[in-house]
Amino acid sequence: MNFDLSDEQKMLGEQARALLADMTPFDRLRTLIDSGAEWDEPLWRALADMGFLGAAIPEEHGGLGLGALDLGVIMEALGSANAAVPFMSSIVLGAEAIRLAGSEAQRAAWLPKLASGEAIATFAYAEGPGPVFATGVALEGGKLNGSKSPVADAGIADIAVVLVGGGGFALVELDQPGVKRTKLDSFDQLRPHYRIDFDGAAAEAMPGVGKLDRLIDQAAVQAAFEAVGGAEACLHMARDYAMERQIFGRPLGGFQAIKHKLADVAVATELARSNAYYGGWAAESSPDDLPAAAAAARLSGIKCLEMAARENLQVHGGIGYTFEANCHFYYRRERMLAVHLGNRGFWADRLLNAQPGSQVKAA
Amino acid sequence: MDFNDSLEEAAFRAEARTWLAAHAPAHELPVGAKMPDTEEADRGRAWMRELYAGGWSGLTFPKALGGRGLSGIEAVIFAEEEGKYHLPKGPFTSIGTGMALPVIAKHGNDEQRARFIEATLKGDITWCQLFSEPAAGSDLAGLRTKAVRADDGSGDWIVNGQKVWSSWAHLTDWGILVVRTDPTVPKHKGLTFFVVDMKTLGIETRPIRQISGASEFNETFLTDVRIPDANRLGAEGEGWACCMTVLMSERLGSGAHRSGIEPLLDFAAATPDGHGGTMLDDRSIRQQFAEALAEEQGERFFQARLRTMVSKGENPGALAGMVKLAYASRYQKTNGLALELRGLAGIAPEAGDTATGNVQYDYIYSTVMRIAGGADEVLRNQIAERVLGMPGEVRMDKDVPFEKLKG
Repeated sequence: MNFDLSDEQKMLGEQARALLADMTPFDRLRTLIDSGAEWDEPLWRALADMGFLGAAIPEEHGGLGLGALDLGVIMEALGSANAAVPFMSSIVLGAEAIRLAGSEAQRAAWLPKLASGEAIATFAYAEGPGPVFATGVALEGGKLNGSKSPVADAGIADIAVVLVGGGGFALVELDQPGVKRTKLDSFDQLRPHYRIDFDGAAAEAMPGVGKLDRLIDQAAVQAAFEAVGGAEACLHMARDYAMERQIFGRPLGGFQAIKHKLADVAVATELARSNAYYGGWAAESSPDDLPAAAAAARLSGIKCLEMAARENLQVHGGIGYTFEANCHFYYRRERMLAVHLGNRGFWADRLLNAQPGSQVKAA
Repeated sequence: MDFNDSLEEAAFRAEARTWLAAHAPAHELPVGAKMPDTEEADRGRAWMRELYAGGWSGLTFPKALGGRGLSGIEAVIFAEEEGKYHLPKGPFTSIGTGMALPVIAKHGNDEQRARFIEATLKGDITWCQLFSEPAAGSDLAGLRTKAVRADDGSGDWIVNGQKVWSSWAHLTDWGILVVRTDPTVPKHKGLTFFVVDMKTLGIETRPIRQISGASEFNETFLTDVRIPDANRLGAEGEGWACCMTVLMSERLGSGAHRSGIEPLLDFAAATPDGHGGTMLDDRSIRQQFAEALAEEQGERFFQARLRTMVSKGENPGALAGMVKLAYASRYQKTNGLALELRGLAGIAPEAGDTATGNVQYDYIYSTVMRIAGGADEVLRNQIAERVLGMPGEVRMDKDVPFEKLKG
């Protein structure tokens, strides 16, 4: 057994963190919000230049052909920096959907552009409240009709992979008359969401069917890495503040009420990280174990980031409620990530359904 | 990253599995049957002898001391395979090999190592731990049991005081004992460590009736107990370092507990909900159990990361406390939830409903898991201080001679 990242993976993570620390300090996030920006475009270009966008895209399609754990360490770094880039939408979901379910022509047309950052994809699955993976949008005769909402990063995406009636995927270019994109009031100000109305939009069916489970299991593992990165950033932010802030004649961090709170966050974060590692390993090496591994990673990822984001703000006290402090970036993103790809109840069902023994399956 | 065994590890596992399949079944305890403590102790000794005869005892101890000189990862593999059988392990063996032997190996002299290590590995000597006192649990260094040199010039020590929470002290041969030998210095500095023959005149053990109904723990009274100086481990006044060795060994030895959620899922699935389904159809119940299951898996894989660290020669330090901290609370919460699922039948089951009885026992037992081997609060302090680098506790007694402390 060697249950640790390889030296190469650790180095990849360090490179990603160094780039993000350099390019996306918190003041940068405030500037983006104040200017109403859709995303951090220079950061996206830098990620592309470093090869990060193509990390898990096959070499024949312009990527590096690395695995889920390599992608995971990049996701962890992005989560840590609360980066305003469509990595989950375009790479983890869009590109991977095309790789899993696209035709050879679709892969050849889009994967190189997604790997280089020249094009951006998103994955459109929800249709308002109700089942998170909804299939009310219809693809008939090459025409797409219906609405998806909310869809992350749709304002900057060139294409969308759309979950359609029957459970298959349609590939649609978003810059055409049959597509209307309406920006929504997005809770995470650094991750704009849109409503997309399709009115006879030209779209291609993707030939691979039955790929949704695999796609979202893989994405759940990546979301867990993102959550762990965010949780650790919150933990360190809270710890550093508590060490610096003097109260009642000593550092705030000397009080057990604060120490114990942060110890619990640290435990939840390490358990989630362990589940993310296992999920990444299962995605690469043991696909039969992936459904349970992904669901456990997703659940513990949601939990640790929720604890970390809330307690980080709490430890900061009143200053934590200001726009000038940095707690709010994670506090908002946490709620976004908690419902993205299905909420806790959705993944709880998937975890129990993946257990051996039919008696635990949902009635 | 590879979650699977390396080729060498797989070969070792196969070897262990084959040997266990041939020898372990004859030693298994009957499931669910209660037996007298003395019988369980005898069975524990017999299993230790079998292990030793087969070359599976003291895997990580040096060959020169009767062990096999293997790495931590092999010990883990063997423990995993051994754990598949319901063997009489418990405190009979874990305190001896897991706590007494590491401290003897590290702080003992050659004579002590030769005297105790192999005999313990063989099952000839069993051990208890005489650390805690009525007023010294989490604040272990506040202990008051004292030892003074006998006035006959023999160099022997005379010990007086009381210890408590000593598992199986009434059945074991020897104890590891920490006492105060100098009350004029601050509390951590005046301690000395001994091994003591539990049959020595003046030692009286009284089993404590626990809330579970069982009596594994004891109060131990020491009245003018004479201990030869040859039974002192380490230097006079340096008992605290020995205690730390014992506690670190205990922490690293407490593995991830796999048992827990899966039987409770079956329990919920076997409990009718009154609407034609089972309690496991309830969304809230499903969510709570799924979250617990995710935590359990996280503990298991975190343990795998710690094992990887150990196999690379790194010391996980306070990280090792995280698993017990997470596990004990989860165990309490989920067993409490399971009892609730059965409504009134959960607190007063019909005769023959052993499943409910097991959940009741586990719910009660979970309370001690949050206290023994480092209370939740102690572990949180250690994680905050040693993992996160936060300030240590305010210690009013730090530089005060023990005899000047209040209380």
